Amino acid sequence: MEEKSPEVSSSAEPQPSVARRISWGEIGPRLVPVLAVLTAVLFGGLFMVFSGTDWAGARAAFASDGLGGFVRELGPGIGKAGVAYAAMVEGATGLGYIDPSSVRAQTTVVVLLRLGERAIVFLPGNLVATVVRSTPFVLAGLAVAVGFKAGLFNIGAEGQLYAGALLAVWIGFVPALADLPGILHIPLAVAGGILGGAIWGAIAGFLKARTGAHEVINTIMLNHIAIRLADWLIKSRTPIILLDTTASVPRTPFIAASAEYPRLGDTPLHFGILISLGAVALVWWFLYRTTLGFELRTVGANPNAAKYAGMSVTRNLVLAMAVSGGLAGLAGAGEVLGVQHNLPPGFFAGVGFDSIAIALLAKTNPIAMIPAAFLWGGLLNGAGLMQIRADISIDLVKIIQALIVMFVAADQIVRVIWRIRARRQEEEVIFSRGWGR
Amino acid sequence: MEQPPVLEARGITKRFPGVVANDHIDFTLKKGQIHCMLGENGAGKTTLMNIIYGLYQPDAGEIRVNGQPATIHSANDAIGLGIGMVHQHFMLIPELTVTENIILGNEVTVGPFLNRKKAAAQIRELSDRFGLQVDPLARVGDLPVGSRQRVEIVKALFRKADILILDEPTAVLTPQEAEDLFEVMHSLVEQGVSIVFITHKLKEVLAVADEITVLRDGHVAGVVQPKEATEASLASLMVGREVLLRVKKEASEPGDPVLSVRDLRVMDDRDHLVVDGVSLEVRSGEILGVAGVQGNGQTELVEALTGLRPVLGGQAFIDGHETTLATPRQVTELGVAHIPEDREQDGLVKSFPIVDNLLLNVYYQLTYARRMVIDDAQAANYARDVIEKFDVRTPSIYATAGTLSGGNKQKMIVAREFSRPIKLLIAAQPTRGLDVGSIEFIHQQLVAIRAHGVAVLLASAELDEIMSLSDRIAVMFRGQIIDTLPAAGASREQLGLLMAGVHAQAA
Amino acid sequence: MSTKRFRLTRTHIFSAFFLVVGLWIALRAPGSFAPDTISKMSVGLGPEAPLWEAPTRAVLLAVAGLYMAGGALGLINRWPRVSFSVLLLNGVLMFPAILIAAAAGKQTNMLTMLAESLRLATPIVIGATAGIWSERAGVVNIAIEGMMLTGACFGFITFFFLEPAMPDATNTALFIAVMVAIFSGALMSLLHAWLSVTFKTDQIVSGTVINILAIGLTSFARREFLLSTRAGRVTLPSIEIPVLSQIPIVGDVLFNNKPIFYMMFVLLIVTHVVLFYTSLGLRMRSVGEHPQAADTVGINVFFTRYRSVIISGMIAGLAGAWFSLETVGGFDDLMTGGRGFIALAAMIFGKWNPAGAFGGGLLFGFADALGTRFQILDVPVPPQWLQMLPFLTTMVVLAGLIGRAIPPAADGQPYEKQ
Repeated sequence: MEEKSPEVSSSAEPQPSVARRISWGEIGPRLVPVLAVLTAVLFGGLFMVFSGTDWAGARAAFASDGLGGFVRELGPGIGKAGVAYAAMVEGATGLGYIDPSSVRAQTTVVVLLRLGERAIVFLPGNLVATVVRSTPFVLAGLAVAVGFKAGLFNIGAEGQLYAGALLAVWIGFVPALADLPGILHIPLAVAGGILGGAIWGAIAGFLKARTGAHEVINTIMLNHIAIRLADWLIKSRTPIILLDTTASVPRTPFIAASAEYPRLGDTPLHFGILISLGAVALVWWFLYRTTLGFELRTVGANPNAAKYAGMSVTRNLVLAMAVSGGLAGLAGAGEVLGVQHNLPPGFFAGVGFDSIAIALLAKTNPIAMIPAAFLWGGLLNGAGLMQIRADISIDLVKIIQALIVMFVAADQIVRVIWRIRARRQEEEVIFSRGWGR
Repeated sequence: MEQPPVLEARGITKRFPGVVANDHIDFTLKKGQIHCMLGENGAGKTTLMNIIYGLYQPDAGEIRVNGQPATIHSANDAIGLGIGMVHQHFMLIPELTVTENIILGNEVTVGPFLNRKKAAAQIRELSDRFGLQVDPLARVGDLPVGSRQRVEIVKALFRKADILILDEPTAVLTPQEAEDLFEVMHSLVEQGVSIVFITHKLKEVLAVADEITVLRDGHVAGVVQPKEATEASLASLMVGREVLLRVKKEASEPGDPVLSVRDLRVMDDRDHLVVDGVSLEVRSGEILGVAGVQGNGQTELVEALTGLRPVLGGQAFIDGHETTLATPRQVTELGVAHIPEDREQDGLVKSFPIVDNLLLNVYYQLTYARRMVIDDAQAANYARDVIEKFDVRTPSIYATAGTLSGGNKQKMIVAREFSRPIKLLIAAQPTRGLDVGSIEFIHQQLVAIRAHGVAVLLASAELDEIMSLSDRIAVMFRGQIIDTLPAAGASREQLGLLMAGVHAQAA
Repeated sequence: MSTKRFRLTRTHIFSAFFLVVGLWIALRAPGSFAPDTISKMSVGLGPEAPLWEAPTRAVLLAVAGLYMAGGALGLINRWPRVSFSVLLLNGVLMFPAILIAAAAGKQTNMLTMLAESLRLATPIVIGATAGIWSERAGVVNIAIEGMMLTGACFGFITFFFLEPAMPDATNTALFIAVMVAIFSGALMSLLHAWLSVTFKTDQIVSGTVINILAIGLTSFARREFLLSTRAGRVTLPSIEIPVLSQIPIVGDVLFNNKPIFYMMFVLLIVTHVVLFYTSLGLRMRSVGEHPQAADTVGINVFFTRYRSVIISGMIAGLAGAWFSLETVGGFDDLMTGGRGFIALAAMIFGKWNPAGAFGGGLLFGFADALGTRFQILDVPVPPQWLQMLPFLTTMVVLAGLIGRAIPPAADGQPYEKQ
């Protein structure tokens, strides 16, 4: 070309000026997941108000005193919703507004601000419980996210959790290894957990790569199979495989002390929490800094281009499912080695969909997995207390959770409500491609 | 009394985010006229037609049909006014039969049930009347391209169109088939149909138009009578400046063969033999152009040579090594570059940043990755270097590839492929859908690497491009190379005959 | 010089499979069964039904022989038509062969086995039909499970409240309940359509959302409304079809059944006719294959997709009613037990055609029925393995029984108006 095009400044990226008013248009899109949660919680609240109101009375009040009377009749409903949410927050984080003396003996209470009979308190025990509860969710969410990055929808976290837990618990209690020092026993059990989950995940990955069979169905089938397999392995008496014959309920034997995750003092905070955090860093590094991660993401973003670039789509699909399964297996191992110390049948019921929700909430970003998992664990922990204090069924929390997922996935709804601009094409997060061709 | 124009557009304006596709366009179609709309890719021709056909709504302006103002909010409205459109990418459903495709939306029924027999009879009647042979019972997916186009035209006629818009109809036809189409167009005009013929091919315009409207950058650059125009004058109206119609290149001094193909046989996705015993040779420093209309096996040939499609029989050798069963990576590592036919689908990842796209074939090599860890600094340096050299216009190497224009996407791919040491370049339809500026750039790049001694295999359906760039031309028809001849003496007519399968006589 | 690569095809895999299995049977049958063992296979109902006293070992060895022959033929692949027929026969023979082996020395009823398979196939076939309606129009619907669950739950809740109010019109109450089940399925599918078609959410994510929502809603509803488990479980009544039910042997089994079972066949026929013989079906298919082409001939893609998805939900709701109103007479949490996903596999197995979906459903129904039959016959297999059977079958079917199935071309892609 005779004329050269105007010089594109090749070294400088557009620099934002420092002291500039940050507009809603900029932070809005980033806040979408948070707003999704908020919107879902509001809907849940509305539902509570709805179910807590005496509608006949409200109608009468409206007839006699107009809008003011109507709103007054909503009082009890609103009050109930308030109590419910306060209970949820307390159950989740330990922050509550109660009478300190009403707390059960041996529960640590930190009084922050006395307000008459009641006080704003902090119950560390609740927070600890939430952290412990959220730990496997971080790993399970990571598992699903890795799958998404490769264009795979892994609903099999539950089955992979079982697979990992089974192998880990066996390594934990088998007499032959009982004398191993902890420094060997624990890594071995962890490796077992990862391996179990990885194999279980790889099955679906292999079937997808070789036969095109969609992983949604296969992973769900594998979940059902895993549940029953675990059930049989644990309960079987002829032959006895994993059953603890001395126990009064069906379960595996307890693992050796040398296989248990070390804990922080007397608290339930266990080593698995550190593993989860480490996994977040490791997965992030793997996806964004390594060649394998690059391949995986390319296969997910455009399998045709991946083939053109010389990558093996088959190998990467299997690898993705194996890594994904391995992470879920690690979560299962963590629950066994760190919390329960044995494995009863039916231990992981219902975790599969939770992991998807968390991955969606975090928009498959590994680091965002931590707050997303904490939110989820918090919701579940808070639900128990909410049921006691406000007499609202735990299932309502499940509905709120479903709404959260819905608002995150179909974030258009949230964007319309809160006046955020629509997703631009570059921001598309492609999760999966129909039945995959 | 003079008849009002059968179709008139006044002051049509249409904006999309970041671009004004149509800028106060006036357009007049008289009854019984073949009016050509000429413009390069991106000039706004298709947008205007989509507005007339009701698929888009204009931001300003009005449309009149037979002198009456018309509101066209949907395709149904347009159809009701007698406007029919044959799109550039056929709007046919391969799984359904010809009859089903034609009656779709306008079904011939007995109660709620389809009356296929009656429909087929009606179609046959239309087909005979206008001289457009179609088989009502055939499955569209099995039909060759020329037949599919006829189905599209019959589809419009079935809905009683008397204004027919043809959008780039000859893109998929041999020169002979294009002639046939022109005959059909004349016969339609005799029966009272008025035609808008959209194209970017200058020769056709001069051959068939009654009147020519040239669009450039969204506005009307001129309305011309064919008698007063030449290819050069039209080209400069289209682009706004002098255009090189043929690329300047030195005579070639070819060296040793780099690519040798012997009797290659390849199947397509539906298990038909689509490459049937192809043999060819490309030497270093020469460009072998594979001419032929799309659908004769060029796509599959290119895929087979680059390892993306399994080979049924025969052999391929690159630089002395046998690559018949090689994987794409092995082929790349032998020093082969591939510009894929479908850049969006195969050549880049839209959601990835440009720097990642530039790494696509080389990310694992030591320069960019030590022991599986990617070196971001190295990658960034390389990316910045290369986008400057190849004039890829983007604010940042971290912008997503999806934000680039068509021309810049292709330049990015060229940048990537040319930035490693290569011996062979396989380029498939490298300038499809690009603006003239980008086309010129890519042609110059091809000529430049040829001068550096790279062997180039160029597969293109644009005959002008083949004739302009190639040293030798191999014509492909129904999976075979009908003939290979030096580009110097080859004429359009000669090549056209070959593309249609007529064997040349021994010289 | 040609370089022909050896391609491992499905035929090879099946042939090898039958060859190995045939060999295994031939080697083990003599050891496992005494020469005079007889499997009594009853074909009919009641003690006067015809009884076939099958010599177990002989039958199994014959089957083994056929398997090995079929396997060998397939591997040689000289006469493709013959080997295909033999392999197909081998596949079909598996069902009676397993039954005969399980019934060695005992008696079992083949006819009821068929009847059970058909009965258990009902939710799967109806679910698959629901899937076909949605997917043929281009919307992936993995929420069939959730829609079924919702239908089952709210249908039963309706009956639970209506029945005491109309004690003399139980059947009417049941009918209304089924209508409510269909309606609730439609509501869920409306949500799915809204998310996928209007908001263009990824359709699998949207389907998963519906599934999660359904679990939450139905558990919540059960706890709120179904306070006590009723002692007597009332289900839909059996309907006897005149004339046809008098056919000897099969009449009573096939034509004296419950309504949703009959609906399975009605839906299959109606779906087939609509899809391939009406303009409604043509438009639906066009929208699923090439929505842009349909758009340019004036078809409203969004409306067509909404309509198809809602019909899909209605059918799924009916499938749900089978669980709570036709079979169990109550509602338990998660009572659909993965059948919605098996239905999807049946749909894929059937290549998005009603007839094929029926075949798939029957296959899974048989696997299901086999489990129970094994328990009755005291076959020494742990119950959990028997429960795994339908799920394992699904995986095998998806993996390759039918080769790569090609869905409607635009299936799963949200439609963007250009």
